[in-house]
Amino acid sequence: MPGVKTMLECIPETLIARTTGKINPAKTCQPIGAMYAALGIHGCLPHSHGSQGCCAYHRMHLTRHFREPVLASSSSFTEGASVFGGAANLKTSIKNVFQIYNPEIMAVHTTCLSETIGDDLPNILKQSEIPEGKVVIHVNTPSYQGSHITGFSGMVKAMVSYLAVSDGGEKKDQLNVIPGFVNPGDMREIRRIVSAFNVKTIMFPDISNVLDAPLTSKYNMYPEGGATIAEIRDSANSSATIALGAFASNDAADLLQEKFGVTGIPLKLPIGLKATDEFIMAVRDWFGLDVPASLATERGQVVDTLIDTNIHYQGKTVAIFGDPDHVIAMTEFVLTMGMVPKYILTGTPGRQFDAEIQKLLKEAGIEGSRVKAEGDLLELHQWIREDPVDLLIGTTYGKYIARKEDIPLVRFGFPVLDRAVHPLMPVVGYRGCLRLIEQISNALLDRRDRNCLDEDYELVL
Amino acid sequence: MEDLCAVPSAPDACISERQNSIASGGKNKTGIHCTDDSLAGSVSQRACVFCGARVVLNPVTDAVHLVHGPIGCATYTWDIRGSLSSGSEMYRNSFSTDMKEHDVVFGGEKKLVACIDEIVEKYHPPAIFVYATCVSGMIGDDIIAVSKAASARYGIDVVPVESSGFISGNKVVGYRAAAEALMKLITPKDGESVEKTRKLNFLGEYNLGGETWLIRNYLAEMGIEINVAFTGDSTVAALKQAPGACLNIVQCTGSMHWVAANLEKKFGTPSMSVNFFGAENTTESLRRIAAFYDDPAITRRTEVLVARETERIRLVIQRYRKKLAGKRAAIYVGGAYKAVAIIRQLRELGMEIVLTGTQTGKKEEYDDISGMLDKNAVIIDDANPAELEKFLIEKRVDVMAGGVKERVLAYKLGIGFVDHNHDRKECLAGFEGSVTFAHEVYVTTCSPVWKQLELTLAPEVG
Repeated sequence: MPGVKTMLECIPETLIARTTGKINPAKTCQPIGAMYAALGIHGCLPHSHGSQGCCAYHRMHLTRHFREPVLASSSSFTEGASVFGGAANLKTSIKNVFQIYNPEIMAVHTTCLSETIGDDLPNILKQSEIPEGKVVIHVNTPSYQGSHITGFSGMVKAMVSYLAVSDGGEKKDQLNVIPGFVNPGDMREIRRIVSAFNVKTIMFPDISNVLDAPLTSKYNMYPEGGATIAEIRDSANSSATIALGAFASNDAADLLQEKFGVTGIPLKLPIGLKATDEFIMAVRDWFGLDVPASLATERGQVVDTLIDTNIHYQGKTVAIFGDPDHVIAMTEFVLTMGMVPKYILTGTPGRQFDAEIQKLLKEAGIEGSRVKAEGDLLELHQWIREDPVDLLIGTTYGKYIARKEDIPLVRFGFPVLDRAVHPLMPVVGYRGCLRLIEQISNALLDRRDRNCLDEDYELVL
Repeated sequence: MEDLCAVPSAPDACISERQNSIASGGKNKTGIHCTDDSLAGSVSQRACVFCGARVVLNPVTDAVHLVHGPIGCATYTWDIRGSLSSGSEMYRNSFSTDMKEHDVVFGGEKKLVACIDEIVEKYHPPAIFVYATCVSGMIGDDIIAVSKAASARYGIDVVPVESSGFISGNKVVGYRAAAEALMKLITPKDGESVEKTRKLNFLGEYNLGGETWLIRNYLAEMGIEINVAFTGDSTVAALKQAPGACLNIVQCTGSMHWVAANLEKKFGTPSMSVNFFGAENTTESLRRIAAFYDDPAITRRTEVLVARETERIRLVIQRYRKKLAGKRAAIYVGGAYKAVAIIRQLRELGMEIVLTGTQTGKKEEYDDISGMLDKNAVIIDDANPAELEKFLIEKRVDVMAGGVKERVLAYKLGIGFVDHNHDRKECLAGFEGSVTFAHEVYVTTCSPVWKQLELTLAPEVG
């Protein structure tokens, strides 16, 4: 229709300086991260201490990404609770939850509402009747600070502070792995890699077999997966913790080190060749083991594939956005691939993001890239409009920009709402490298096939 | 899916306090409690006031929808409705004041003012809806005063929507907040007036999958013009013409009942309930609209349309009926009008309705539903997933109609699913829609994949 403006044409063409607010956000709020992390404890019911809407939204958003039922209870605040405080609601909730849904553990997170009211969670929990043998943990997740990644990190830290207990003896020959805010398929892959070393591993949270559980026509409210309370308790006795992704995992690892002397090994998310190498080397070095031949083979396959395909993407410019740990690791990988990360943006606040990315760019000798933490997608779009890129890598929310600017999009990170299967397919490890290489080169080649002249339309590429 | 009987039902899924929220069908009055708040600690499928307000107003296409709160409320409601636009797509962008700790402590009004200033200066929208959220409501930001001052400053409509989430866990309260905002927008300013026409307003219609356009075409064939729809594919300017209609037809009564009553009170416009889901309902609604106009030419054209369309879809529906007859269906949707419509449509397909529930149904509506159903059918208000699971298994359901959260639950239980939620993309209205609906029910109920469920890998040979 002539004169009709598409969604992104409604916004100004040229770069505008904005002083306040967000337009087309690249983050969401803390509680959903806390809810996601809590699902990685076996037999856990996440509980949202606030109005029903928050809980409904978080469940819906997670369901749209994972295409799985996501259960969580809510304190169901009404106006009364908001005036008199939410203590009564939380106490009733605890009673009802254990009576009706009977989880092993209830993981409570706050919302902006209960935070603004000033509910004192530790105190309320102390006064609550918690059935024998059951556990309630909590984290404060005010939505007006940080992002969903902050909330995830907070809940993982709460697992340590509430559940980890030292035996007082020697450290055991076992490894803690905190996998970060990644998909269940990634968690499976991380476990597979460590298992290749025959190292006893405690991974938490572990959402595999929870949000990628098979269809059996029986519905388990508490699926088989998830780190057990006993495992998390025992994490205090491990000799080391590998924390994957600083934003999502370092806090919990730091606490394990501080409180129990478990050595923390902070690493990037093992996305890309280099970060996967570092992850595997860290396990090798800590335990003094040889790298299993199977992993060496996988690495060789990645290098082989990079050589076979580099002609398709080398020198291409790319914009990457999403959660900070994902974006940092992905930036490193596209540099390995010989691409040029031109715009790098996360919605999550944190100065560390800029420092990490700048370091990577400097090492690669790349200049003139734009980097921003706590940005939004309007800003990213305006950068791209000023000077386009060949490829966009990010969440589903990038699809508007991709369409408007006619740039191929590789879906990566959270959330991906318009494609299926991705939560089961790892992007971490060497297998993840292969998948990303395939996705990136296919996106560029599909574009080439679509746009090229007849005489350039090739059978063999 | 017969083997579902063997699955043990959920451990005591029904909370004793909830027994008044569950009833059975038959002619008796239900006495169901549907205005109860959800219990603290329950896994409710319900949402909040903000959610209700947001879904009603979101389809106003050329307005800026500014969410005054921390980021989440804006993120989760960014472009989640399948409402289509024939013009501006401004409404599909997500605007948030992104309140931070500083704003919570010192008040967020200044930031709100700055955001409005910036939006007006750079985007020039004809109107801005300013949504209150839990936090902005709790700290007492005066969005009414801020909006009023901004309206005066810029000469555009800056309309406050009082949708603090904690006011209620029932979306209906949010519908009301949206309705009040709409009334504010469409009431002519002093000295202005809107001339009456022969056009009608279409209330409670959100243009999901282009449904408004479809009905517009039917009405056009009959010789009747839509003035404006509330709010599917509407613009601020078109909404302001609302007082000029001679009739309001109301589809989603939950969201628009109050608006219809007010339009009648303020502008003398009568209203009539309609329902365009299913061929039967569509026919009935078109005839009633024609009767209102009391014009033989309109009546004649209506009958021509109905006869032609009914005949056109008859054989197709019959084909689906053959496949679906006798299958057992469950319904769990937001509003009761939708439940009623789906009951009729599934009946047309020869299916048995064994479970019906809504998030926001009213007492009288539950009585209607109860009257339509067999006495063994279960009726449930504000179901939690455990209850749904229990009844889905107990009633040996083959297919369920519901929203996004029910889809995955149904699938997990090996039950087919058809989306009748406000974020669906398919046009399910009118005669065409009834075919689409039948097709969707068929595809999911009779999917070859279900056969795979019965096959398992034997652990050992032999």
